[in-house]
Amino acid sequence: MIVSKGLYLRRRIANNVFFVLSFAAAFFGLLWLAFILSALISQGVAALSPILFTHSTPPPGQPGGLLNAIIGSLLMSVLAVVLGTPIGLFAGTYLAEYGKHTNFAFVVRFVNDILLSAPSIVTGLFIYEIVVLPMGHFSAWAGALSLMVIVIPVVVRTTENMLILVPGGLREAASALGAPMNHVIRAVTWKAAQAGIITGVLLAIARISGETAPLLFTALNNQFLSFNLNAPMASLPAVIFQFALSAYDDQHRLAWAGALLITAAVLAFSIIARLLETKRN
Amino acid sequence: MADIALTEADATTSRTARAETTRRASRGDARFHFLTWLAAATVLLIFVGVIISLVIGSIPAIKAYGLPFLWTSVWNPTSDRFGGLPSIYGTLVTSALAMLVAVPVGIGIAIFLTELCPRPLRRPIGIAIELLAGIPSIIYGIWGLFVFAPWFQAHVQQPIIDATSGIPLIGTLFGGAPYGIGIFTASLILSIMVLPFISAVTRDVFETVPTMLKEATYGLGCTTWEVMWRVVLPYARSGVIGGAMLALGRALGETMAVTFVIGNAHTIAPSLFAPGTTISATIANEFTEATTPLYTSSLIFLGLILFFITFIVLAFAQWMPLSLERQAGTK
Repeated sequence: MIVSKGLYLRRRIANNVFFVLSFAAAFFGLLWLAFILSALISQGVAALSPILFTHSTPPPGQPGGLLNAIIGSLLMSVLAVVLGTPIGLFAGTYLAEYGKHTNFAFVVRFVNDILLSAPSIVTGLFIYEIVVLPMGHFSAWAGALSLMVIVIPVVVRTTENMLILVPGGLREAASALGAPMNHVIRAVTWKAAQAGIITGVLLAIARISGETAPLLFTALNNQFLSFNLNAPMASLPAVIFQFALSAYDDQHRLAWAGALLITAAVLAFSIIARLLETKRN
Repeated sequence: MADIALTEADATTSRTARAETTRRASRGDARFHFLTWLAAATVLLIFVGVIISLVIGSIPAIKAYGLPFLWTSVWNPTSDRFGGLPSIYGTLVTSALAMLVAVPVGIGIAIFLTELCPRPLRRPIGIAIELLAGIPSIIYGIWGLFVFAPWFQAHVQQPIIDATSGIPLIGTLFGGAPYGIGIFTASLILSIMVLPFISAVTRDVFETVPTMLKEATYGLGCTTWEVMWRVVLPYARSGVIGGAMLALGRALGETMAVTFVIGNAHTIAPSLFAPGTTISATIANEFTEATTPLYTSSLIFLGLILFFITFIVLAFAQWMPLSLERQAGTK
């Protein structure tokens, strides 16, 4: 039997090269994560102090904190989630339970997945056109609405995916007991898919807490602590953007502190979402 | 049981009561159905609203410049002359460069996670890569500006500029001064950001490849590389392309990370190291400073162009897995 040594060797070498490249790819990805997180932690922790949570953003050269930005981010995010979650939940329910294979459901599904990945800056322009221009001024409402437009598609997508996983037998059993369809959905299917739906909402919160682009020309920014939803409002991402590009070192430090806070919040939400997901499995 | 004798009247009341309950239930059903339909229609309305509002907002710019806006490179706010070419060019070039890096690396990571990685490490490494997708884009921006760009300028750009100067074409491509920020830096950061999208989707479709198919190929004596390259990748092709398109959609519209590191110059330089701009960076930087209606409208027109480009890419991404399902003949 003649075995071509050369061919065999070539194939083995090709295989080993492929192994090395594939390892290198994974290493490349992990390297950046380490690079980013280490910079964030070393710069951010150095800038952390209690004053961050008690004082508002300062003018250059004076000490100050991020209180107005933290409050603003929380307020607008909560509003966005409170407004967006019901719409997303109901629309997802329609797609999974009522619409299913209708043309309307097909179009909504398609459009929703486009909105899911559409540039967030465009949602900002949209809200600018329909809210800021008619109102005549920037406002926290506009900021919250632009975040809501980002929340809805995330919740729709996860709700539909989770409801589809609920076994049909469960619905049939409930219907056989005489429960009307809306009761079956609310008391049985939603209950069964609860953990998954909550995961979707958490992912949506994680997504909007770092969202900057749409806030720049909807909520704008505010140097002072404000609870007025009809006035411009500060947010952590907008303050980071403004301070990182400023010329002052103490403002850079505040930007890093804000960056650390946002990342910690986002990662916390992602981890809770992931834990919920594993519990479900 | 026997001593409870139902009279005729009792039976009638219970029948009407039951009919009433049924009627109420079906009314409730109709209401709930309508409510969910309304929410679904809201999603559609938002999408249509985005398009209509962008079109209305861009009308002044469209009237003033028309289609030549797409290939005019003047951007002069003081004389109210605007052209979108530098922004469109920057958007397309940074996204293309990002994909050039992210697609092979993303597929490499997916192969590593499904075939090579020791089992106990798979989950932690998979989660770590997905964390890259969870980090907000503004964090990439601030890190890129303060940490990555200076490092890149000193340790990568300068040597490359020195090594390639004098070589025709390549020397021009990597010529100029090492700014740190610029088109190339923005592309690199974009590639890191979209990496997890590609590797996650690719890993998922790799897992749908029937084990039997892989085992049969191994049985013929193929190496792991040959199994991956000739069997798994072709099988998962549409899914991988769909994932790459999704990542491209993200890269095209990414705003904050790019705004920090691209340099915001409305120029088209032959060198990839030179500063430039993208559609989203231009809008983010200039929208609140736009002083004339035509300026604002030009920025909204850019937004409309961006939405149009991403729509085509994302629609294609959605269509790919659909055709995959059709191929498999299931669902």
